Amino acid sequence: MHELSICQSIIEQVTEISRQNNARIVTKIYIQIGPLSGVEALLLEHAFPVASAGSIAQNAILEIQILPIKIHCNICGNENTADISKLICSACGAWQTSLISGDEMLLKSVELEKFEEKSNV
Amino acid sequence: MCDTCGCNVTEGNRNLIETGGKHAKTSEGNEAVEVLQNLLHENNHRAAHNREHFDKHQVLAINLMSSPGSGKTALLEATIDALNTIRINTNDKLSIAVIEGDLETENDAQRIRDRNTPAIQITTGSACHLDAYMVHDALHELDLDNLDIIFIENVGNLVCPASFDLGHHLNVTLLSVTEGDDKPAKYPVMFRGSNLTLITKADLLPFLDDFDVSKAEKNIRNLANPAPVFQISARKSNDSSLEKQGINEWIEWLKQQIKQYKTHLKLGETVLPMIQKDHLHNSSHPHEH
Repeated sequence: MHELSICQSIIEQVTEISRQNNARIVTKIYIQIGPLSGVEALLLEHAFPVASAGSIAQNAILEIQILPIKIHCNICGNENTADISKLICSACGAWQTSLISGDEMLLKSVELEKFEEKSNV
Repeated sequence: MCDTCGCNVTEGNRNLIETGGKHAKTSEGNEAVEVLQNLLHENNHRAAHNREHFDKHQVLAINLMSSPGSGKTALLEATIDALNTIRINTNDKLSIAVIEGDLETENDAQRIRDRNTPAIQITTGSACHLDAYMVHDALHELDLDNLDIIFIENVGNLVCPASFDLGHHLNVTLLSVTEGDDKPAKYPVMFRGSNLTLITKADLLPFLDDFDVSKAEKNIRNLANPAPVFQISARKSNDSSLEKQGINEWIEWLKQQIKQYKTHLKLGETVLPMIQKDHLHNSSHPHEH
């Protein structure tokens, strides 16, 4: 269950970004993960309330986007999507492929409510 | 993936960077900030610091990973014995130290210390993996001078350790023959990132009818991993024909890795583990202590 560690890391990063941007609260956190990152979206969602409790992101919505696995064949040059345990070229069958996308574990963006906007209302 | 060279920009998210600025307003009037940082940004930063520390002392760091009980500590014991024999016979000296990660007990570290080899035990409590911070703390207790290799024996687990960069240079994954030849297909994140897979307890193969070494290897190739697969046995047997199968091949591989590592260091480069192999960095950018 390393997703809790990852959530704690997300909260640390988001807290720092909020501080830099003079934010009052974090409203949304956008995450991108690829299946080959080893991070499970469902576990991340379950861990998030625990990790965010008492933080500036306590009431934030966590939006997780799963990116597809895409490979480039080093033998025939074909590009195709692939299964997590079969990164082989669907055109020529070669296993000598490179991953184009599918191992991401990214904090893509955050949405913040700022202090000064509130004071202007 | 890292946050410094742009390698975290993939086909999956490139459009975000090309179409939008860093800051924008949402429909609710909130501020949207583009970040595009690895989820383990802080860990990775600390890992880079650890790697810099290893590189300064020219110590090759190897992350040993496997499920519990597949023979990581036994492999290290056999490795120490083999290196001792080599030193006595040829005066060729390789010095190693071990960082042991376990949920509880000092048992594994003690087994290494019993062989006059420095070992630092990290007990993680309930944590299922080592991270770069734990390794950093352990490094403060180790004298890196005059060492050639540090083995970091990770917590026995084929899932979580695969996601955490410790600052090491190479991943070595053990797969014992009693676990089944389909493990690479079941744990693709781990086996895709292995610089070497060791099929351990290979002396048991004649007694098993459901472990096919060629199938295990095919499952690793299916992950687009070209790394070697060795069969090995660390068994302490009286029968010399069974004893220490594959250990010589393993030691030769280690020597070759040290040579390649030092070549990279001379070029001002470091070595990154398999998954990050496309992103070789110059190790000279400073990190805070």
